[in-house]
Amino acid sequence: MDIKAYIALSLTLFTLGIIGVLVRRNAIIIFMCIELMLNAVNLLLVAFSKMHEASTAAKLSPTFAGDAQILVFFIMVVAAAEVSVGLAIIVMLYRNTHSVDVNFLNRLKN
Amino acid sequence: MNNVLQIVWLIPVLPLIGFLINGAGRNVLSKGISGFIGSAVVLGSFLLSVFVFMQVKSGNTHVAHYFNFINVDMLKIGFDFKIDQLSSLFLLIITGVGFLIHVYSTSYMHEEPSKDFAKYFAYLNLFVFSMLLLVMGANYVIMFIGWEGVGLCSYLLIGYWFKNNDYTNAAKKAFIMNRIGDLGFLLAVFWLIAKLGTVDYQSVFDVVANPKTNPLTAFDITGITLLLFVGATGKSAQIPLYTWLPDAMAGPTPVSALIHAATMVTAGIYMIARSNILYTMAPHTQHVVAVIGLATGVLAATIALKQNDIKKVLAYSTVSQLGYMFLGLGVGAYTGAVFHVMTHAFFKALLFLGAGSVIHAMGGEQDMRNMGGLNKHMRTTHMTFLLGCLAIAGMPPFSGFFSKDEILASAYAKNPVLWGIGVITAMMTAFYMFRLYAMTFKGQFRGTHEQEHHLHESPAAITIPLIVLAILAVAGGWVGIPEVFMHGGHKLEAFLEPVFASSNAITAKHEMSHSTEYMLMGVSVAGALVALLYALNVFSKYQKSEKESTGISKILENKWYVDELYNAIIVNPIKAISAFLNNIVERKLIDGLVNGTGKVVNYGSRQLRWLQSGQVGAYVLLMVIGILLLFIIQLFL
Amino acid sequence: MGKFITFPELLIWLPLLGGILSFFAKKGQSAKSLALFVSLLVLAVSAASLFYTGDKFASWNAVNYYYRNNIGSTFFVKLDGTGRILTFLTALAFPIILTATYRNNYKNPASFYGLMLLAQAGLMGVFCSMDALLFYFFWELALIPVYFLCSQWGGEKRIQVTFKFFVYTFVGSLLMLTGIIYVYLHTAGRVFEDGTIVSHSFSISAFQQVHLGVKEQGWLFWLFFVAFAVKMPVFPFHTWQPDAYDQSPTAVTMVLSGIMVKMGLFGVIRWLIPVFPQASIQYSHIVMILAVTGIIYASCLAIVQDNIKKLVAYSSIAHIGLMCAALFAMNPIGTQGVMLQMFNHGINIIGMWIVVDLLEQQTGVKEISKLSGVAHKAPVLTILLVIIALANIALPLTNAFTGEFMMFSGLYMFSGWYAAIAGIGIILAAVYTLNMIQKVFYGNSNSIVDSLKDISLNEKLILAVIVCIIFFVGVYPQPVIDLTKNAVSVLTAAVK
Repeated sequence: MDIKAYIALSLTLFTLGIIGVLVRRNAIIIFMCIELMLNAVNLLLVAFSKMHEASTAAKLSPTFAGDAQILVFFIMVVAAAEVSVGLAIIVMLYRNTHSVDVNFLNRLKN
Repeated sequence: MNNVLQIVWLIPVLPLIGFLINGAGRNVLSKGISGFIGSAVVLGSFLLSVFVFMQVKSGNTHVAHYFNFINVDMLKIGFDFKIDQLSSLFLLIITGVGFLIHVYSTSYMHEEPSKDFAKYFAYLNLFVFSMLLLVMGANYVIMFIGWEGVGLCSYLLIGYWFKNNDYTNAAKKAFIMNRIGDLGFLLAVFWLIAKLGTVDYQSVFDVVANPKTNPLTAFDITGITLLLFVGATGKSAQIPLYTWLPDAMAGPTPVSALIHAATMVTAGIYMIARSNILYTMAPHTQHVVAVIGLATGVLAATIALKQNDIKKVLAYSTVSQLGYMFLGLGVGAYTGAVFHVMTHAFFKALLFLGAGSVIHAMGGEQDMRNMGGLNKHMRTTHMTFLLGCLAIAGMPPFSGFFSKDEILASAYAKNPVLWGIGVITAMMTAFYMFRLYAMTFKGQFRGTHEQEHHLHESPAAITIPLIVLAILAVAGGWVGIPEVFMHGGHKLEAFLEPVFASSNAITAKHEMSHSTEYMLMGVSVAGALVALLYALNVFSKYQKSEKESTGISKILENKWYVDELYNAIIVNPIKAISAFLNNIVERKLIDGLVNGTGKVVNYGSRQLRWLQSGQVGAYVLLMVIGILLLFIIQLFL
Repeated sequence: MGKFITFPELLIWLPLLGGILSFFAKKGQSAKSLALFVSLLVLAVSAASLFYTGDKFASWNAVNYYYRNNIGSTFFVKLDGTGRILTFLTALAFPIILTATYRNNYKNPASFYGLMLLAQAGLMGVFCSMDALLFYFFWELALIPVYFLCSQWGGEKRIQVTFKFFVYTFVGSLLMLTGIIYVYLHTAGRVFEDGTIVSHSFSISAFQQVHLGVKEQGWLFWLFFVAFAVKMPVFPFHTWQPDAYDQSPTAVTMVLSGIMVKMGLFGVIRWLIPVFPQASIQYSHIVMILAVTGIIYASCLAIVQDNIKKLVAYSSIAHIGLMCAALFAMNPIGTQGVMLQMFNHGINIIGMWIVVDLLEQQTGVKEISKLSGVAHKAPVLTILLVIIALANIALPLTNAFTGEFMMFSGLYMFSGWYAAIAGIGIILAAVYTLNMIQKVFYGNSNSIVDSLKDISLNEKLILAVIVCIIFFVGVYPQPVIDLTKNAVSVLTAAVK
């Protein structure tokens, strides 16, 4: 399949994520949008990895194939860790303010 | 080094010691002691000067080296004294007349509290010290030390009565005007250093006089001599820097005598006579000197015609006589100028001290309109004063005749027009001097009754110096009797010959027929005599009138409004500029720039603060915009 | 001596230790006495150092410790002619200042005197160090105590004024630091005796040998010059000075005007001209125009000042301007004059401040227009002030004349016009000085000066010392000239 389709999909997902972060005030939704952006990048990584595999990997060694895709797992692990911390913050926020509206967060300023 | 003249350092050091004793002990010394010390040290210097003069006369001249003053790189300036014909003559005049003035002061200043009395003598001694340094120095820097020193002393003495604001203003004016001249002098010295690497008279003159070694262009010499002349105009009160001298009358009268007769004002003449070779080689400068000298002579004489303050008349007459001397220098009659310095020292000191005696008798009154008929009360003062007046008016055979005549003859040889104006000035001199004489001593007394009661002849300490000076004023000119009258009569010229030898070698000797010379003398004497008799006749019958003067005489009374002019074109603009710089440039512009920078930073920071809103969304938006911008720059630009 | 400790070390460590000790003093009086004692000790050391010059005593006057050889900086201190005269001035000034202000009581005296001594240590270091990094370190060490002294013990507007002073000098310092680092990165490498190899060096010889292009020299010159110009100060970098002099406690003002301003001149002599000779020649006209403008400008401003302290401040700017101009004439006579005049100016202006301080302490006013007839009440004070003021306007036979004479003739050799214009400053100096004397000391005394008493013994003594120095150097300046002769020839050789 043409790489351009993957790029287009990834770009769409990423843009959706950005717009979500910008326009929504609900912390959970923002959080989900950030995950969406992360996964858009993941998708792109996998796609490029697959693309390059065909051209260069064969020349070097058979075991090389798919190495780049390992990176995606790393990202997933980091994302999972981030989710746990982030969700914990949101839960604490909800307990304190009874709201998950991020605009309440500017109270930290004072 | 074993020359007996090596001890000349004592001559200036004695007055310095007097200054230190009187200055340090002014609270403990009685008037008698401080007066005695003050006079004795100058007497000591005078005796030494006589000894030095005898030595020089027998042919022993000497440059005494004491220590290195400034010795850096190529420039070597020694603390050296030069004893030759010119300086030994000036030494005699300064210490001799100076001593008489000191003696006179012991009586004149007797009413001062003893603390101030000692201070006065300390200043007087310092004055003599500075003047001695000035004439004894063997290079321009030592001369400059004395040069500024007399400026300082005149400042101190003119402002001696420092409670009076007018007096301190006059003192300040004297100092500042002198400083303007001093700047010219200094620049000339720097010019010499830059071109020749030396300021020593002997090496400068030797190098310059020899056409083979002379590194100075005509422009250099003209520049140097003009700048030196600027210095001389300040010190010797010539146009344009003369206005301080009449104001200097604020000081005690003996001080005026000292400044005007023996010391300070003759410094400019001495300096030019000393540098005669430079001036001889700069004809343009000589021309300027002659013209300025003559112009000053005329201007001051016209002002003197209408003054009523006895000291002011004498002051302007000094300015006028100094103009004469510069005329002499300008036409190359160096001997004549020095001769006139000498005779002028005698008769002007006499006149000032006489005027002081009158003021003393009048209880401080200086206005001649309130005097008159004093000849009955003050015989000695009257007689000596008359002799002084005759001398300054140029009547033969008094001293002023010979010296003035010599200058006028040289001026005629150069240009008859100069001579003509000179004769007119001489007539004015005779007129105002006899106006002064007649208003003071002749006619009826016009003062108050208390003053009349108070009138008395002054004590011996005042009259004896007057008598001595009167003898000198009469006979002082006989050392310079011109060739026409007596062969080999001009002893002074022969004596000063070595000093002016190199100048005389360059200038063509002008021979004048005896008949011309007689004619010139006849005209000037006749003119002066007419003016003299007319003044005597008119002002012996002087009556006080309250009439406001008008026209030209009002202008003359106000001294041609020169002071006002200087205020308008120099003093006030400087004040205005300074105020402008202070209020606008310093406060608004420079400080404004500095503070403005601070304000801009402050303001900018306050504006930037709004970006820190605390809204997460806003931060993210900014971030996204930033990322997009980077993309655009990276991909499209 | 020589083997264990050297003159420059003593000059730096003594005040430094004294200063630190002074912070721990319990009683104010003991801090005061300690400071005076230490400063006298330093004076003794410095006076001794004047007699041990020459190659024979080279090891007594220089020392080089390798403390940071990994970056090519060493503790290299040395007394040369310029350094010797300025350290002597510093050593002489501090006892004079401390004695003259002995009866002033400062709050928190332990810190006050501690900071004073620290400033002295910094100054000594500046004048001795032969290593750029060390120089910069001492430069700041000298300034920082002064910031505190001004801001803690100053007049009403002290915070504002100190802030201005701080910003000015700090900007200058940073520019200089940038310059130092840039030059450092272009210096050649060096191998130390212990085997350490560094690729660059901070030592003055490395700086002097550095190869820089004309353009580089040009902008580096300005980086350094601005730092020094602020310190001097040269027009138009001067506006911090009158305010700082006015608001600082007098003792600090004396340090600032008597010694600190010499840091700028010294920097030019030691670092600017030898390191950037081409640029110095290239820009000498611009510097000179600034300096000469500054002379006239400051003199004009001095005429209209009513605050006597500001008058002295502006007159100081004018004098420093002349020194700066003469320095950039870069010929032996002018430079020699500057060396001499740095010393003279320090002495004279401290004398000036002592008198001004006495007046202000006793009458409580510093406006010229409010004072009158002081001469009746305090004749001795008047005489001494007149002498010092006349020395300040360079009357012959006072010290300033010899210095100014040489500076002017150096300047004249460079260009007659600059000398002539700068000469107008001499006339203006007479105007404002005599105006001040006339208004403050002459005339009839008014009610403000009625309470004035003539000066006490220790002030009389101090002023007498100053007057003696004025006349000694005025009549026989040759010893001072000889002291700095070598330094001058080194400097002028660098330009050639």
